Amino acid sequence: MSARAAVAAVVDPELRVLTIEDLGVLRDVTVEPETGRVTVTITPTYTGCPAMDVIRADIRAALAAAGHPDAEVRTIYAPAWSTDWISEAGRAKLAAAGIAPPGPAAGSGGPVALTLSVRCPRCGTADTEQLSRFGSTACKALWRCRACREPFDHLRAL
Amino acid sequence: MNGTGTPGVTTVEHLLALGDDALVAAQRLGEWVAAAPELEEDVALANIALDQLGAARLLLTYAGELEGAGRDEDALAYLRDDREFRNCLLVELPNGDFAVTIAKLLFLSAYQLPLYTRLRGCPDERLAAIAGKAGKEVAYHLDHARLWTLRLGDGTAESHRRMQAAVDEVWPYTHELFAADPTAPVDPAGLRADFLAVVEPVLATATLDRPADGWAPDGGRAGRHTEHLSYLLAEMQVLHRAHPGANW
Repeated sequence: MSARAAVAAVVDPELRVLTIEDLGVLRDVTVEPETGRVTVTITPTYTGCPAMDVIRADIRAALAAAGHPDAEVRTIYAPAWSTDWISEAGRAKLAAAGIAPPGPAAGSGGPVALTLSVRCPRCGTADTEQLSRFGSTACKALWRCRACREPFDHLRAL
Repeated sequence: MNGTGTPGVTTVEHLLALGDDALVAAQRLGEWVAAAPELEEDVALANIALDQLGAARLLLTYAGELEGAGRDEDALAYLRDDREFRNCLLVELPNGDFAVTIAKLLFLSAYQLPLYTRLRGCPDERLAAIAGKAGKEVAYHLDHARLWTLRLGDGTAESHRRMQAAVDEVWPYTHELFAADPTAPVDPAGLRADFLAVVEPVLATATLDRPADGWAPDGGRAGRHTEHLSYLLAEMQVLHRAHPGANW
């Protein structure tokens, strides 16, 4: 398997329906033709994201299993990750897993734009309410649907 | 410390000021875990603490590399004594009641947001990248503190009384944040107008009085701290000092 394909298939440890490529965490994979050395560049969703160590280990394991034992994982911080980098496929996978995908990110530097409504990923209604601005991980908020009464996670725009 | 280095050139001292603010703020916010007024707030304060800790790790790692003495983020966090910390006094103050914590968070994030926004354009690319990342997160912290300030200030008579008392208690410690340092990548003196432009309307809308400027305790950037920092460090550092290199 190509190094790129092996890395792109690594699953995010906290959002297990997404690959790190879907999530936009994977920025680049290069293979040195001479030595076969692989350099993977990733960027964290949040600075304190506790999943980064697991992601690095999973990338190295996936590359080793695909026949690329000589690998380096680099972490970059600029440009800063944005939820706008989550792919269309990733958004569909999130919704299918009951996690409302983010809207467009607000302009950086200014005050946070309040999300007025988030569609319920189960029944599709916009009649929902925010229960908590912070959810089970740094990237999520907790919402509830007023129609079907189900609570759900919302990946908030960043 | 003020007055060292060449204008516009990042020094270890500048990075420690930024990193120690974030580290000590994270440690204080973490004290609310399992003790916040409601479960959602427990999660919120823990998440904000995690963001601050993430920024602290990047800034202290950079400080250690720039220093060139072989100290990594753990050595800087766990093996310095209070006189070597460069954080502002605001972040080391005890959490107090929930209103004090919200007042501290409001003032800290209203300072960090314009600071990180301007650092994003500084010539030091590594520092600019860290600030670009952390600034996006701080915008959310500020919004959280702003909403709580409005709710408590314009809430019941008791919540108003306590929020006003908290603002009055913490306000003097905001002056230190804007002490001039022309050698810093971004001179903090230029940030006070941005800070007031955010904070004053929030206080007014929350029906809270903006305290008069007067007493202005300082010394944190020079390593002269309140007694509260030593207790905080004792708790934060005890495990690492008892078991050097402990990991899990």
